[in-house]
Amino acid sequence: MKLTTTLLASTAVAVSTAGAVTAQDMANSMTLVSWGGAYQNSQVKAYAEPYKEMNPDLEIVWDESSNEAVAKLRAMDEAGNVTWDVVDVVAADALRLCDEGLAMEIDPEEMLAEAPDGTSAEDDFGDMLVGDCFIPQIVYSTTFGYRTDMVPEGVEPPSEICDVFDLETYPGKRALEKRPINNMEWALLCDGVAKDEVYDVLATEEGQQQALDKLATIKDDVIWWSDGADTPQLLADGEVFMGSTYNGRLFSVIEEQGQPVAMMWDAQVFDLDGWIIPANLPEDRLARALDFIYFATDTQRLADQAKYISYGPARESSAPMVGQHADLGIDMAPHMPTDPENSKNTFLYNYEFWADYRDDIDAKFQSWLAG
Amino acid sequence: MSDGTTDPKTVDAPKADDPRDQAKAADNVDKDGRMLSADGTPLKRSLARALRVQKMRALMLIAPLLIFVLVTFIAPIVDMLFRSVENQIVSNTLPRTVASLSDWDASQDGAPGEEVFENFYYDLFIAAEAKEHTRLGSRLNYEQTGLSSLFRGSGRSVDDVGEEQIDALEDLNEAWEDEAFWYELMTGGENSAPTAEPLDIQRGMLERLTGDNFSGDVGFLPGSAITRVLPRTVNQYAAFALFTVFADEDVVAEEEPWEAVKVALIQELQAGADLSEYDGPGAEELRAAQEMLADQPQIAFKDAFIEMDEDWGENANWRTIQTYSPELTEGYFLNAIDMQKGIDGAEPRPENQQIYIMLFQRTLFMSLVICGSCILLGYPVAYLLSNLPMRTANLLMILVLLPFWTSLLVRTSAWKVMLQQQGVINDVLVWLGLVDDFGRLVMINNQFGTIVAMTHILLPFMILPMYSVMSTIPPSYVRAARSLGATQWTAFWRVYFPQSVPGIGAGSILVFILAIGYYITPEIVGGTTGTFISNRIAYHISSSLNWGLAAALGTILLAAVLILYWAYDRIVGIDNVKLG
Repeated sequence: MKLTTTLLASTAVAVSTAGAVTAQDMANSMTLVSWGGAYQNSQVKAYAEPYKEMNPDLEIVWDESSNEAVAKLRAMDEAGNVTWDVVDVVAADALRLCDEGLAMEIDPEEMLAEAPDGTSAEDDFGDMLVGDCFIPQIVYSTTFGYRTDMVPEGVEPPSEICDVFDLETYPGKRALEKRPINNMEWALLCDGVAKDEVYDVLATEEGQQQALDKLATIKDDVIWWSDGADTPQLLADGEVFMGSTYNGRLFSVIEEQGQPVAMMWDAQVFDLDGWIIPANLPEDRLARALDFIYFATDTQRLADQAKYISYGPARESSAPMVGQHADLGIDMAPHMPTDPENSKNTFLYNYEFWADYRDDIDAKFQSWLAG
Repeated sequence: MSDGTTDPKTVDAPKADDPRDQAKAADNVDKDGRMLSADGTPLKRSLARALRVQKMRALMLIAPLLIFVLVTFIAPIVDMLFRSVENQIVSNTLPRTVASLSDWDASQDGAPGEEVFENFYYDLFIAAEAKEHTRLGSRLNYEQTGLSSLFRGSGRSVDDVGEEQIDALEDLNEAWEDEAFWYELMTGGENSAPTAEPLDIQRGMLERLTGDNFSGDVGFLPGSAITRVLPRTVNQYAAFALFTVFADEDVVAEEEPWEAVKVALIQELQAGADLSEYDGPGAEELRAAQEMLADQPQIAFKDAFIEMDEDWGENANWRTIQTYSPELTEGYFLNAIDMQKGIDGAEPRPENQQIYIMLFQRTLFMSLVICGSCILLGYPVAYLLSNLPMRTANLLMILVLLPFWTSLLVRTSAWKVMLQQQGVINDVLVWLGLVDDFGRLVMINNQFGTIVAMTHILLPFMILPMYSVMSTIPPSYVRAARSLGATQWTAFWRVYFPQSVPGIGAGSILVFILAIGYYITPEIVGGTTGTFISNRIAYHISSSLNWGLAAALGTILLAAVLILYWAYDRIVGIDNVKLG
């Protein structure tokens, strides 16, 4: 391990010491992989356009394949022809890619910029550095939104996670993601399990059954989604009363489209999204990828991204610099999942747990769903 | 052509029974009565040669397509299907462990003995250096939950094993931290006879482990004297040397060997390696080390691993490694039919994990329903199309084809808008007062939604073959039947319908086979009760990365289709199918 990191570090030093490497040593074309839509747009505006201004000869190609990045990278690797240079994935996928040896290990000290006040990148990102290959970019959360016009008369609007399981007070359909992650945690939480014991309980057969039994109480009223755009659509059509999705999607439904929908931040689950660099890139493309990463994950750039989308920057030093939405002109800070008002009760996606239990619990969950 | 064998006059041999040719033929017969061609070779042979040339030319003409299909279609499919039984990763990553585990009795309680752990240490060490241990962890995690993080965590701390003894060794003499000293010790100095054997063994293991090429100049050849005295240490050093040169691109003599080399040395010295005859470089340091190590405790691999993570003491984890150590496994196929490998062979999975058999049945059943509704809806349309005047028929044909030209996603999403509870159909029903506003019908995210959307999408595949068959049925047959006194129904049922059956057959095969592998539409409108087996295959390909299981499910699906095709051929007869 020692030996490979030396190798990586030496490449990184060569790149990160600005000016030591001339532009000729770097590839002048770069393929970035992202999610498409508003999110990719925020990256184009905040990272790619300023970077392109600094490197006018560079050609940036976008590929909207993050959804299948893990499978595609594996196929590319087996074919011996990896065409991607920097890939945007969620942290859980980054961990998988790292385990499969498909992503390059990174050294934050060497490869990422310091904060303006001199704090090292490692401290600035802190706990966000999940696994050995992941370069964090944003914090997003999976949380609930509900139709304000479907709240029964004389009842307080839903404000707690357990209101999702309360069909008597809040009758109507719910939209939940068609996978066990998050749903199992919420179910246990509302079945009387203490927050810090959730994963201990979920590691047992009985705990898994307990979570499924709790979900069974609302199963008939759930529409299961598999695409992040489903819940916003279902809410906008009035198909569901409340539904879980990514907070940025709800922001767009509420603020950009003006639908009668409100956020319910309780028990939101934080997750991370960021970059990985595929393993074994040729030298010139690696130099370009590292150069871009160094630029695109510095404090200012991460803060800039929040102008275009309501996801929190992964660096601590970026938080105070978050300003207003570029088009709507509203303050973005209160819409960030990390805002103190929103994050009174939160969960952090447990990467280690789900890396182990994902296949097992998913088999049970899908069997339960189909039954 | 130049030899004239393909000349039609010579190929078309005169027929002996044709009286007009008999005279001519007499000139072309040899003494055995065989017919000869113009150049005197027997006609049979020259005919065969001519045919062979023609066949070759035909083959050459289709060769580009044949090669294209083989390379880009058949080969990848065969490769993908092979993954359903392939399982080399375990024996490639843990070769020594697998060998020593083979005679461990898994029915005993607890973990295997010290020897297995010792081998496992050396396997895991090199696997962690090459970062292959996490891949193995992910692979085994499909079978036994928890192995993923167990391997990941142990890979991080495997270099702590034997720390105490290594420190003692290095405290005794700093030479044990010196790369140049190690290099000289292992090469045996300038006058030693080198041996390439350890390098060859380790090269083979490393190539199987990483799949990379490790051949070339290492800049290191083990000395035969030291190899005789300390074989394991030299082997470990050889692995280290190969890895340093080819994976890290460094020079062997300039790098301090990693911990596994030192652990091997300590083990061999403690086990009483005979140094009395050895007088090569480092002989004195070796003797001093052996003397000192005699007072040190032995390296306890099993305890070290259990201290690292108590799960290494679990019987189930080791049983999984043992069960999945062969290079080919039926495990994926068992999993694909809701079974698993137990202690005494195959056993059913726990009931709360069973899903695939049910999904296979559902896929077949729903494909049949979709196929049936396509026939019911498509037959009248095709009949109408083939019996209308050309101009009107063409117009209607465009209406049939129009959805065909629209994106699949658009069509599926349109059904969503139509069928959902706040959708067009429900709105109309409520407006008409047929349905209460709170009793809106659930028509999507279930089987009904999938059947409706897929019937619509696959309908053209049914109508087109039916139409092309029906348009060749002469209308005079039905007229003849009518004029002979048949009722309208009898004329249709006894005369027209039997002639249109080949069209139904062709359409059914197309629709059924397309439906059985459909994936996008059930995913979008299927909810939980309307999804197909292909949705699980897609999940395992793109999300869980369990390609072995996906391949097994795909193979079963392919086999099911082939069996149904065979049955169809036996019952209906494939000659009865007409596409036009």
